[in-house]
Amino acid sequence: MKHRIIADVSHLPTYDFGSGSPMWWGTLSFMTLEGMGFVLAIGSYFYLAYLAPGWPIAAPPPNLWPGTIVLGLLLASVIPNHMASTWARNQDLPKVRLGMVIMSIAGILPLIVRGFEFPGLQLSWDENAYGSILWFLLGLHTVHLITDVGDTIVLTVLMFTRHAHSGKRFSDVSDNAFYWDFVVFSWAVLYLVIYWFPRL
Amino acid sequence: MSDAVLRQPIRRQKEEGLKGIRDIGLDDAALHAFLSETWKTPKGFSGWLTTVDHKLIGRRYIVTAFLFLILAGLSALVMRFQLASPESGRIGPDLYNQLFTMHGTTMMFLFAVPVMEAFAVYLVPLMIGTRNVAFPRLNAFSYWVYLGGGLMIWIAFACNTGADAGWFDYVPLGGPEYGIGKRSDFWAQMVTFTEVSALAVAVEIIATVFKQRAPGMTLDRIPLYVWAVLVTSFLILFAMPAVMVSSTMLILDRLVGTHFFNQAEGGDPLLWQHLFWFFGHPEVYIIFIPATGFVSSILPTFTRRPVFGYLAIVLSLISIGFLSFGLWVHHMFATGLPQLGSSFFTASSMMIAIPSGIQIFCWIATLWGGRPIFATPLLFVLGFIFTFVIGGLTGVMVASVPLDLQVHDTYFVVAHFHYVLVGGAVFPLIGAVYYWFPKITGRMMSERLGRWSFWLIVIGFNATFFPMHILGLQGMPRRVYTYPLESGWGGMNLFVSLSALVLLAGFAVFFLNVLASLRNGRIAGDNPWNASTLEWATTSPPQPYNFARLPAVTHGEPLWAEGDTLPAIEGLRVDAREVIAGTVADATPQIREPSADNSIWPLLAALAVGATFLASIFTPWAVVWGAIPVAITLIGWFWPKGTPEDEE
Amino acid sequence: MKPSRSLRFVCTAPVLLVAGCSEWQSALHPYGENARTTLSLILSFAIICTIVWILVMLALAGALLRRRSNAEGLRPPLETDPRRERGFTRMVGSAVAATVLILVGLTIASFFAGKSNAALTGKEMLTVRVTGHQWWWEVRYQDASPSHTIISANEIHVPVGEPVKIELDSGDVIHSFWVPSLAGKRDLIPGRPSEITLLVDKPGVYRGQCAEFCGYQHAHMAITVVAQRPDAFDAWRKAQLADAVPPAGAQQRRGQQVFLSTGCVLCHTIRGTPAGGTSGPDLTHVASRQGLAADTLPMTRGALGAWIADPQSVKPGAKMPRVDLGPDDLNAVVAYVGSLK
Repeated sequence: MKHRIIADVSHLPTYDFGSGSPMWWGTLSFMTLEGMGFVLAIGSYFYLAYLAPGWPIAAPPPNLWPGTIVLGLLLASVIPNHMASTWARNQDLPKVRLGMVIMSIAGILPLIVRGFEFPGLQLSWDENAYGSILWFLLGLHTVHLITDVGDTIVLTVLMFTRHAHSGKRFSDVSDNAFYWDFVVFSWAVLYLVIYWFPRL
Repeated sequence: MSDAVLRQPIRRQKEEGLKGIRDIGLDDAALHAFLSETWKTPKGFSGWLTTVDHKLIGRRYIVTAFLFLILAGLSALVMRFQLASPESGRIGPDLYNQLFTMHGTTMMFLFAVPVMEAFAVYLVPLMIGTRNVAFPRLNAFSYWVYLGGGLMIWIAFACNTGADAGWFDYVPLGGPEYGIGKRSDFWAQMVTFTEVSALAVAVEIIATVFKQRAPGMTLDRIPLYVWAVLVTSFLILFAMPAVMVSSTMLILDRLVGTHFFNQAEGGDPLLWQHLFWFFGHPEVYIIFIPATGFVSSILPTFTRRPVFGYLAIVLSLISIGFLSFGLWVHHMFATGLPQLGSSFFTASSMMIAIPSGIQIFCWIATLWGGRPIFATPLLFVLGFIFTFVIGGLTGVMVASVPLDLQVHDTYFVVAHFHYVLVGGAVFPLIGAVYYWFPKITGRMMSERLGRWSFWLIVIGFNATFFPMHILGLQGMPRRVYTYPLESGWGGMNLFVSLSALVLLAGFAVFFLNVLASLRNGRIAGDNPWNASTLEWATTSPPQPYNFARLPAVTHGEPLWAEGDTLPAIEGLRVDAREVIAGTVADATPQIREPSADNSIWPLLAALAVGATFLASIFTPWAVVWGAIPVAITLIGWFWPKGTPEDEE
Repeated sequence: MKPSRSLRFVCTAPVLLVAGCSEWQSALHPYGENARTTLSLILSFAIICTIVWILVMLALAGALLRRRSNAEGLRPPLETDPRRERGFTRMVGSAVAATVLILVGLTIASFFAGKSNAALTGKEMLTVRVTGHQWWWEVRYQDASPSHTIISANEIHVPVGEPVKIELDSGDVIHSFWVPSLAGKRDLIPGRPSEITLLVDKPGVYRGQCAEFCGYQHAHMAITVVAQRPDAFDAWRKAQLADAVPPAGAQQRRGQQVFLSTGCVLCHTIRGTPAGGTSGPDLTHVASRQGLAADTLPMTRGALGAWIADPQSVKPGAKMPRVDLGPDDLNAVVAYVGSLK
């Protein structure tokens, strides 16, 4: 097989942001499949609610406070999240370091409150199907929260090492911010389902 | 290589301020030397455990999947041995129930989907002109997780704890009250393993096909096989979460006392069915759509013309993908859902025959307008059309609610799905093996044995499964370990069991052909079939780096359009792993994307994940404790190693 | 939408020839309204689908075997004849249009058949409640007055020519009620009672089987529907309402004594005796039934002996345990139970 060269790509960069980065597409794909999981779990919630003669089943609606505080914390975190993402696009290392530390804290706080949210559901997972699906929904989101906070913390540490000096790292920070948006958005939807639907 | 040969081009690269050593100005020998070193997998055990080469991973995936095919096929043969005569006491109910469950489960979760993924993992980078998949370590991880899940359930079976409640494990039978021991737990957790594995491959394929296509490979120049696996990957993303949710709910019901499916506490056994079949129907298209991609690859080569109706086929693939999500209730017609709702699913189930039909008509037009060369791959495509159309038509029959209410859960349905799965997916798969074996191994398979395997398999298959339509209509239900003498079904069952031996012989000849050809097959050369797609533009087997210079394309059938001189790009590093990533729609190069090097972390992560899944069958705390090694291995995976690829 | 009788014969005959004329539990030999309508649908679909398949195979054969000129053989792969390609577009378009029309027709036919089957509901005079268990069928003929309720197992009697409602529920896992010569199937799902209507047009004995995998002995969970003329049905009903026949002769008396003093009473009821267990089938008139253990065995002395001596060897996994009886006790119990007509 002979070749004729038609293009020289030697001056192309080795990283990009947003849809120019394959990792971004990987992140988007994971968001899609996990989002689908949430959709189906929420669908199961409504399915069981539709079948039940009364909803919630043998329990008061969940205690509003913990979940609402988590929602507030997560919504508030959107601002530093986007700032960190912008700093990353500008490849401003000192600001990115600051942003990542803030995002690590912004992730740990809701996790602490989340610990109070489970008992605040007012019933246990094994009492009836309502309890089961409630714990399932909250558990699903908590797993996402824990893994993303874990991701964020590791990336934060990384930004303080010698490996921070790479365009790819800034691209990773930007993708991480993208995923955090998903964690926040999925909570906004779940919050309405868990806390407000039974109060309708 | 001589320094003099190298010094000049490299000096020129340095003058341009380029980092690393590029392929500009290097001659073929130098190129090969550098690229082999950069992209190699070390020899020996450590290489085997750490490789991220999609070809090595693809090959081991294919071999493993075929081993599971053999295990599942042998289970079926034992079943046929039992059913060959009425009230035979050869196999008791407990073993038989495990056998048919393991047969179905293994075929669906451990063979059919993985083998399609395996071929995609091997072929896609070659067909789109890149050096590896988008996330090579994820690819390796996916294989280890799949292997772990398959081993787990078969070892469980060997210990008399095999799954025994059917491949769809309906509750309450598979639930905490009636599903004794750990059988359904192994089943449910195996599902988790294989779904994680499949989802990982789907994510990779999407990113690879979107971002790493050869420059100039616009959407309308993407090979139909690549379109097929792309659509399939989206199906996987949307369908598999359903079975992950349901199998997790099942494990929770069985392990920690949740009540998702317990009607006494507000749960519902039908919730299981809805979630399972929401996955289960797209699942069969996840298996079938890649097979249509095989057909669309084999046909042009053996009819000496492009496939007729490229656009129609692409749109059909996409429609099948969408429509497949609107059919699931047709598995539940007997559960007593309202007639109006069921009628909707009759209509949608009928409708999916339209895009499937479009493909068949386009393929027949391709054959009509071309010059057929009756090599073994084409024979299996013809066997596919002959057989799959029967299955598709019985599918139209069972789409009808009143008709289905008679044949549901009988041997009629067993006949239907084997016709569409074996005819529709396995025949093209065998054709694909004959077609790409030369590329993968560098040797041709025997045409003579190929013909023998073809006739034995096609005749054996039809003789085994066609009578089952009649048995079903005569009242023989599914999943029965025996049947009474008075039924009169004995004669036909004996015929079926004996025919299964013909099918077995056909597969034996096929595997023999593979093994013999590995040693003695005629050397293949780069493009023995004179085919048109990019994988045939490189050596057989391909070098670890796939292409010495990454190709660009100007046509959908690049090798036919360009003859023996391919357009190519240069400028990539040869001393670090790099591929080109471009725009989604028209593949204009955007970045030189670093590609991951060999790593032990995917294996370690798979072990951590696998151990956590396995232990969580026995205690819920496994998830908490298991999170620690999982976190450690994932951090190890992503932590930069200071290699050139990391520091760009 | 019923094809004529001769057409139906022409279509079923070849099938039957291959099948060996087995009528035993067959959707191809309908004796009920629902099954008859469905068989017509099955045959219409089968004929149309066979024709479609033949047409596709003819097109395929044409494609493979058509005469090709030498020029065609030498043509480079990318040079396709635009006129021929346009012809293909027309052919594929027509084939798709035909496919759509056929599918629409089949969908409409299916809808009308379904509607016809559903029309039987609402006019039933008799209701039978069937509860599925692993691996037998509990049968109840409810009545406003409890003393007129018939409780039986594994066998349903219905009057010919009258729609009968079968209410379905499950006591454990999902089962499915299916008597192919009478009607399509309906699942028995715990927590979701459902119903099916049977309208039998000829007296006879019709066999059915559980059609949803329900565990070890799913294969041995048959149900028998006996359709009788109204007067015979009434007589049967009257006989079933009566208490159990008292034992006649020393052996049967001994049999009853053994029955009442061993584990049998824990699970079985024999009305008119102290035996009142409800987790197993009601045995008050067991010997009047066609089959034993959900038609795993025929109702004969020998079969009763084998079953009572060791149920696990006949139906391994069944919920009836082995009760060790000496040979004389065993014969006595068999004689007694065999007398419960």
